[in-house]
Amino acid sequence: MSDVIIDVQGVSKAFGGIQANSDVSMQVARGGITGLIGPNGSGKTTLFNSIVGYHPIDAGSIKFENREISTLKVQQIARLGLLRTFQQTRIYGKMNCVENMLISMPHRKMSLWDALKKNTPEDYERADQLLEFVGLYEKRFLLSGDLSFGQQKLLEFAMALMNEPTCLLLDEPTAGINPTLINGLIDRLKRANEEFGITLFVIEHNMRVIMNLAETIYCLAHGEMLAQGTPDEIQNDQRVIDAYLGAH
Amino acid sequence: MNTTRNKIILYAAILAVTIAAPFLFPTYGTQLATLWLMIIVALTWDMTGGQMGYNSLGNIFFYGTGMYVAAIVAIGMYFNVGAYTDASGGKLFEFTRHQYFVGMLVGTLAAGVFCSLSAVVIGFLTFGLRGPYFAIGTLGVAIAGGELVANWDWVGGGQGIALPVYPGDLDQGKDFFYFCFAITGVAVFLFVRWLYQTRFGAAINAIRDDEEKADAMGIHTLRYKLVTWAMAAFFVGIAGAISAFQLIHFEPIETAYQTINLGIFMVVCVLLGGKGTLWGPVVGAILFHVIKEVTWNYFLGWQWVALGALIIVTVVYFKDGVMGYLAHTRPEWFGIRVEGKAGEKAS
Repeated sequence: MSDVIIDVQGVSKAFGGIQANSDVSMQVARGGITGLIGPNGSGKTTLFNSIVGYHPIDAGSIKFENREISTLKVQQIARLGLLRTFQQTRIYGKMNCVENMLISMPHRKMSLWDALKKNTPEDYERADQLLEFVGLYEKRFLLSGDLSFGQQKLLEFAMALMNEPTCLLLDEPTAGINPTLINGLIDRLKRANEEFGITLFVIEHNMRVIMNLAETIYCLAHGEMLAQGTPDEIQNDQRVIDAYLGAH
Repeated sequence: MNTTRNKIILYAAILAVTIAAPFLFPTYGTQLATLWLMIIVALTWDMTGGQMGYNSLGNIFFYGTGMYVAAIVAIGMYFNVGAYTDASGGKLFEFTRHQYFVGMLVGTLAAGVFCSLSAVVIGFLTFGLRGPYFAIGTLGVAIAGGELVANWDWVGGGQGIALPVYPGDLDQGKDFFYFCFAITGVAVFLFVRWLYQTRFGAAINAIRDDEEKADAMGIHTLRYKLVTWAMAAFFVGIAGAISAFQLIHFEPIETAYQTINLGIFMVVCVLLGGKGTLWGPVVGAILFHVIKEVTWNYFLGWQWVALGALIIVTVVYFKDGVMGYLAHTRPEWFGIRVEGKAGEKAS
């Protein structure tokens, strides 16, 4: 657990006069599940976007596998194996689920020559397996745009797994999913972590979910890192409770 | 399966018609050759416009450039280009039969390669633009290309270049150019048919539908965009080269970099037939060419009005084109399935 895969040191980011992140430091342990919580507007998504190269940061350093990535672009970071899903789910709505999966083949591991080949039967099999894994196998020939929002989130998760990332950043994976599906999703996230060995870094609003899922939790408030610790420590941290109840 | 057999029969029938057409309708030889040209430019336009979501209005640049590169290379192999264009293709410079065909072959290949490379350079500068900005940016490139060449005396300036006439019987020459276009057209069709089935094809579809997501998934978006356009430009350059020899004389603005004619026609063909489909550009090119020739023959004076009306009706009321409409109403023809039965292989 001591092996750090994402190392964020002193990151600041402002949008005009609004300081979205100030001097944020945190680490994501390789092979684990790390959570990021915080009230609305506390800068969670900004931190995510900074890590995946969506916008330049004002100060600080971000390292992925000991490599400075704060100056790289989105594609370059994605090609290192650090992948993200979107809060507003993004899938290819005019294609069916299988096509969505095949588009998500890990192109970063392909030369142009490999890309000019057809998908192999193994690729199709893997797509089917992962769709089965998230419970969308029966719907695999439906246009993904016709799926419910929750199913689209599951599809996006399956697409991310198809891409074989080293580390996956999930932005509110359970938002908009009905409560009965949430338990299944927690289970699948844990299995993805254990069986596929993918490091997960999860933003989550649902306290029950994050407490069940993560081993280490960071809490942001007003753009600053407020607390970190195990789920138990976070739950009993007075500063965290104050932040959520609005004592600030 | 039955569908496979039907497909083979369909392809065989098309091939038979292709080969027999110039002999069945000898008076329409040049028309049929032009039809194949339309099919080539429509299919290649759809590679970026329909499959990758980059609507280029500048593909005509590669057509014109292909013409010029082929002509300059073919002439330059045997003569001084400046002296040749000064004489306006007068009788001072005669190609032998052997020189004509070797010059044409080398010139055509050179045109394809040069256009590919120029697509990479232009693409590097313009692929940062999106949507209508890309269309206008590339249109600017095509117009600028025509103006530049028109002011370059070494290649004949505004007068253009006159190439040698086909050495031999002129009717045989018509068939020769027909088959040059037909073979290129079939090659382009088979090429894109294969390309759209590869992972590369899926990746450019991903760029079309959501480029940001494609970036976030680690797809090499810029590389794939450049390669796609370079492939398209290769074939357009070759088509331009064949046109140059077929037309014998061409000039820069009206013939080579003809933005308002062929440059727009190729887009209309694709829209009419169905963007982003394999057969759409082919069907669209045939329909458009027939409509265009009919209006030219029977509504002379009104032909541009008729074509304008066709464009408006297509864009406003018939966005999906013929193939898109059929895919909606007859999904089973396209093998589109909605619910898969358990245990069935994904296809």
